[in-house]
Amino acid sequence: MTNFDINSMSCPLPKMDFDTIQLAHGAGGKLSSDLIEKLFLPRFGNQTLNKLEDQAILENPGKRLAFTTDSFVVDPIFFPGGNIGDLAINGTINDVAMSGAKPLYLSVGFILEEGLSLELLHQIALSMEFAAKQAGVQIVTGDTKVVNKGSCDKLFINTSGIGTVPSEVNISAANIQPGDKIIISGTVADHGMAVMTTREDLSFKSQIQSDTTALNGLVDEMLNVSKDIHAMRDPTRGGVATTLNEFARQSNVGIQLYTDSVPVKPEVNGACEVLGIDPLYVANEGKLIAVVPGNIADEMLSAMQANKLGKDAKIIGEAVTENLGIVVQSTGFGANRIVDMPIGEQLPRIC
Amino acid sequence: MKYLDEFRDPVIAKQILSEIKKTITQPWVIMEVCGGQTHSILKNGIDQILPKEIELVHGPGCPVCVTPLEIIDKALAIASLPNVIFTSFGDMLRVPGSNKDLFQVKSEGGDVRIVYSPLEALKIARNNPDKEVVFFAIGFETTAPGNAMAIYQAHREGITNFSELVSHVLVPPAMTLLLSSPKNRVQAYLAAGHVCTIMGWREYEPIAKQYKVPIIPTGFEPIDILEGILLAVQQLEEGRYEVVNQYLRAVQRDGNRPAQDIISKIFEVGNRKWRGIGEIPQSGLLIRDEFSIYDAEKKFNVGNIITQESDECIAGVILQGLKKPHECPAFGKECTPMNPLGATMVSSEGACSAYYKYQRIKND
Repeated sequence: MTNFDINSMSCPLPKMDFDTIQLAHGAGGKLSSDLIEKLFLPRFGNQTLNKLEDQAILENPGKRLAFTTDSFVVDPIFFPGGNIGDLAINGTINDVAMSGAKPLYLSVGFILEEGLSLELLHQIALSMEFAAKQAGVQIVTGDTKVVNKGSCDKLFINTSGIGTVPSEVNISAANIQPGDKIIISGTVADHGMAVMTTREDLSFKSQIQSDTTALNGLVDEMLNVSKDIHAMRDPTRGGVATTLNEFARQSNVGIQLYTDSVPVKPEVNGACEVLGIDPLYVANEGKLIAVVPGNIADEMLSAMQANKLGKDAKIIGEAVTENLGIVVQSTGFGANRIVDMPIGEQLPRIC
Repeated sequence: MKYLDEFRDPVIAKQILSEIKKTITQPWVIMEVCGGQTHSILKNGIDQILPKEIELVHGPGCPVCVTPLEIIDKALAIASLPNVIFTSFGDMLRVPGSNKDLFQVKSEGGDVRIVYSPLEALKIARNNPDKEVVFFAIGFETTAPGNAMAIYQAHREGITNFSELVSHVLVPPAMTLLLSSPKNRVQAYLAAGHVCTIMGWREYEPIAKQYKVPIIPTGFEPIDILEGILLAVQQLEEGRYEVVNQYLRAVQRDGNRPAQDIISKIFEVGNRKWRGIGEIPQSGLLIRDEFSIYDAEKKFNVGNIITQESDECIAGVILQGLKKPHECPAFGKECTPMNPLGATMVSSEGACSAYYKYQRIKND
């Protein structure tokens, strides 16, 4: 057997716009997808990963599995309505649940900064335990690393999750058909603005609470109405605008948002106005966007509104045959505007 | 939300629009001076609903866009120094200098921080006495009082590790320059509402008279802009050229006197370069000699950095209202928000970025 020499591999670094990692590479916008498509996919790609869903659906004799992973580096680690711990549990559960899967097991990996208070870590572990119990999932494996002071910011958490997908369910960002209706489960931008307005340097205070929560219970009830949900995602980093752009591109449909249709709490809207931020681009951690056939949209909406996690649910738009791959919103003045993908970071690190 | 919803009401918009249609009899070219107005126009699609007689051209009032390349290169040089905390409004971080932007300086280890106010930068200076804290003080009359106040407070508290890299420009000299150009097409101005909040509109009265153009200090919401256009069209049709205030809830004729006082205490009027336009005499603010220890250009000795601007980007022509962003051959091709050739494609107030962000369908 010949010795394998790693230097003999001829895969040059793909041509990218930057030589070093920039903040925007992690911001969920165009640079993020650039990094994934040009650097990671050519190396790691396989049939499952290439679909670019929020979860991997694995074929298994008899049962399909949904499998996902996510890392959490939010700053500050405690914010109104939650902390990095419940965020890490809920975020991964939601990524599994968005495939229609029933989330079952989680892994948790901690990267901790030397000098982190044990009391603080304990509080975070407690809220993780609580979040997992509430959602009915078990943390079954984990890992802890400690790095030198200054090598990470207090702590980072990685979680992976596995769930089983009911056989008739086939949810994908690529399945949207013209005529489908787009439903959001509640108000947007709560999480991002809660984190943003907690920053010490900001000269105003707000009562905004993060919406971090696990959505698998809501998804269960939605699947009871119909298994024919075409696409579903939780609009986290990059917000509703990013998720809808991903939908439009992956399904090659146009998405038409109705005028002022996306619900925003008044105090959240106020904070957005003050800071010059569009709520459509702000992260959510307890909301989902479902795309369903037009003929079941009203029934689905009522079922969602009956659940406390979907009480403010609303139909915000529909898939159309014009402007393929683009999201357009009517402005209320008889005109249209594009709702584009964000370019990079709109906010400090938020999830 | 109060003070916003009533200025975004489609029913009122329709009424004003029908008033404009009733009044107009011939083509007119109106310039909205401020980039914030340009974005509101494109975001709400106001340009799509106006009668075809009205052509809106987009003015130079985008602070990020008119900040010369040279100043950005100076910022990059200062931000790269060890022991410096470089603070800036977020918009400036992605504006390309000659070979990089502030985000890249940050990723190379520079301490570059986004702040929402120069007073926040001063607080950082107070908390980090062993570091030099620099604030990137750009903008028009709107941001000048805050920037002046930071220097004033630093001076009063004896804080010496704070300075500002200043590139302040003034709106009236630019408006005058555009009107006096032989290529000028502008027949009326929607003046920048927030600049007028500070400065009032006395300075516009002689300009309106000399160049025979109506000038309307105008707000930023859709109803403001439609009303501003109506007030301009009424005057144009009647052959009048006066300053008439649309932005009643924010602007008074004399402006904000205490804000003007702090500006003139710290700054004096002098020549300034504008990106894409060149030097305009008496068009900017410079730190007065008695406060020169707060002048980052002097403190860090970057006065010798001189940069020639490339002619690939036609931002200057766009900022003068002579061309529309989508008429640039590089628009959406070599030049996108991800790979901007010029600041007009980066800034949240830049005309090119507004066209790219909201209206690509129309131009494709």
